[in-house]
Amino acid sequence: MADEPKEQKPSPVPAGDKPASSPSPASTPAAKPADSAAPAAPPKAAAPPAPKPPVVLQTPLNNELVTRLRAKFGGAIVEAMEDRKQAILTVECSRLAEVALHLRDEEKFDMLSDLTAVDWPKREKRFDVILNLYSFAKNERLRIKAHAADGEKVPSLVNVWVAANWLEREVFDMFGIVFSGHRDLKRILLPDEWQGYPLRKDYDILQQDTAWVKANLGIESGQ
Amino acid sequence: MGPQHPSTHGVLRVKLKLDGERVIGSECIIGYLHRGVEKIAESRTYQQFAPYVDRMDYVAAVSNGLGYCEAIEKLLVVEAPPRARVIRTILTELQRIASHLLWLGTHGLDIGALTPLFYCMREREEILKIFEKYCGARLTTHAFRIGGLQYEAYDTLEKDVERFCKDFESRIVEYESLLTQNRIWVGRTKGVGVLTAEDAIAFGVTGPVLRASGVKWDIRKAAPYAAYDQYKFEIPTGTTGDTYDRYLVRMEEMRQSRLICLQAIENIPAGPILAKVGKVLKPPPGEVYHAIEAPKGELGYYVVSDGTVQPYRVRIRPPSFINLQAFDRMVRGHLVADVVAIIGTIDIVLGEVDR
Repeated sequence: MADEPKEQKPSPVPAGDKPASSPSPASTPAAKPADSAAPAAPPKAAAPPAPKPPVVLQTPLNNELVTRLRAKFGGAIVEAMEDRKQAILTVECSRLAEVALHLRDEEKFDMLSDLTAVDWPKREKRFDVILNLYSFAKNERLRIKAHAADGEKVPSLVNVWVAANWLEREVFDMFGIVFSGHRDLKRILLPDEWQGYPLRKDYDILQQDTAWVKANLGIESGQ
Repeated sequence: MGPQHPSTHGVLRVKLKLDGERVIGSECIIGYLHRGVEKIAESRTYQQFAPYVDRMDYVAAVSNGLGYCEAIEKLLVVEAPPRARVIRTILTELQRIASHLLWLGTHGLDIGALTPLFYCMREREEILKIFEKYCGARLTTHAFRIGGLQYEAYDTLEKDVERFCKDFESRIVEYESLLTQNRIWVGRTKGVGVLTAEDAIAFGVTGPVLRASGVKWDIRKAAPYAAYDQYKFEIPTGTTGDTYDRYLVRMEEMRQSRLICLQAIENIPAGPILAKVGKVLKPPPGEVYHAIEAPKGELGYYVVSDGTVQPYRVRIRPPSFINLQAFDRMVRGHLVADVVAIIGTIDIVLGEVDR
């Protein structure tokens, strides 16, 4: 159906990458190209085997919501883009809670659907903290990103959406990102005494806290 | 309570703070089934990871697979052919019925209604037989492939589904005759574990639990996927958000699923079942979030691609995990005996909570 026209002309993808990082008016241009360029050079992906959409996937986003937010928060809105028609806003980490509260109350994004993180170890600020918001009134989703360096404290959103409680604990558990203002920030899926943060890219897939496994399970390895 | 307690549906440990028989606080200890699914995803190819998602919500593996396949299709910017989408819809709705049946049976068992379990298992068996005929597996089915379906529908699929749906109509009436007016059932569930709509939204609760609190929201309507935009069905809602309402909502959902199946088998379009996606999947760099209405609620996949054959990051938004967070709010002020009713009514699967 819709896939047929797309696969006929494989075209280089990186073309779609570049414009995405240009539109933001203020601050940190250095952080943005890293967003997509950190892991591997994208042009490699344009090799023949998989069907390549000729369409530009990442485009700058400039709708009314973004205009309103820029007017209110100025430079705190670092970037606004669309990836595969999904809206993504990059927000300055220190003002995350403020922007979130505004989005909840004024823009009707009343549900925090998900909160997670992605690790880009080569970047100066290695973590992306990602919020997935949903608005019942508008039937719209919005993704918020905030870049955080290792050890940098991210404002907790528990006071904005209660749902953030366990989700932030999970991010702390898996990435070691500390949320300031969270009253009960402890591990949630792994044992409390576990050492290391498994979803960081430098944590090997076979790695484990051998000392904990020995002491608590009485076996050499949990693999 | 727990981690090995018959009412916790797996390994959930709940610390309860009691004043006599009354619960004044609680804390869920989870993670006993944690297998690091999201980490595993980063060292598998896109196709290799597909069977792993079946092992999260293992009583609704088909739904997990649908969400994952559609998310990767979005990432690749391809669409499954119409025939594949209709067959996917049929199997996923059967899975919803199967999941709700298991919930009904075990939930009833928890609060002392022994009989429904046997009837529920009887009907669920019919659905599992259809899955087995279709793809050879009953539980962790791995029924779909990225881009469509691996297997063509077997010859009598429509007939089997039709026969099941015909029988099932009177079967739901049977369950309801056992429970809906049953004084003990009503007494054990009415007014127990009330969750208001505001609380439900603040906690990010989705699925039947949210709808029982009176929010008419279903991703099948709000952002239709597979072939749901072609079928007529209602979104049942409750009013008070108690355990009884959640029971009624799920019963009605089974009826609606049955209607969707009946509409879908009437006209399964001909044509290919797999889009041309190639053997090696290298989605262009970028990211996508795709959510479906799984039997337990919003099941979302957030996938980041760096242009290689392996996903850079797969985040699974598990409905059970997020719904379970509202447990503390629902359980406060109730008796210890109600705790099992409230765990049951959220309908959690620990494989998905812990991943």
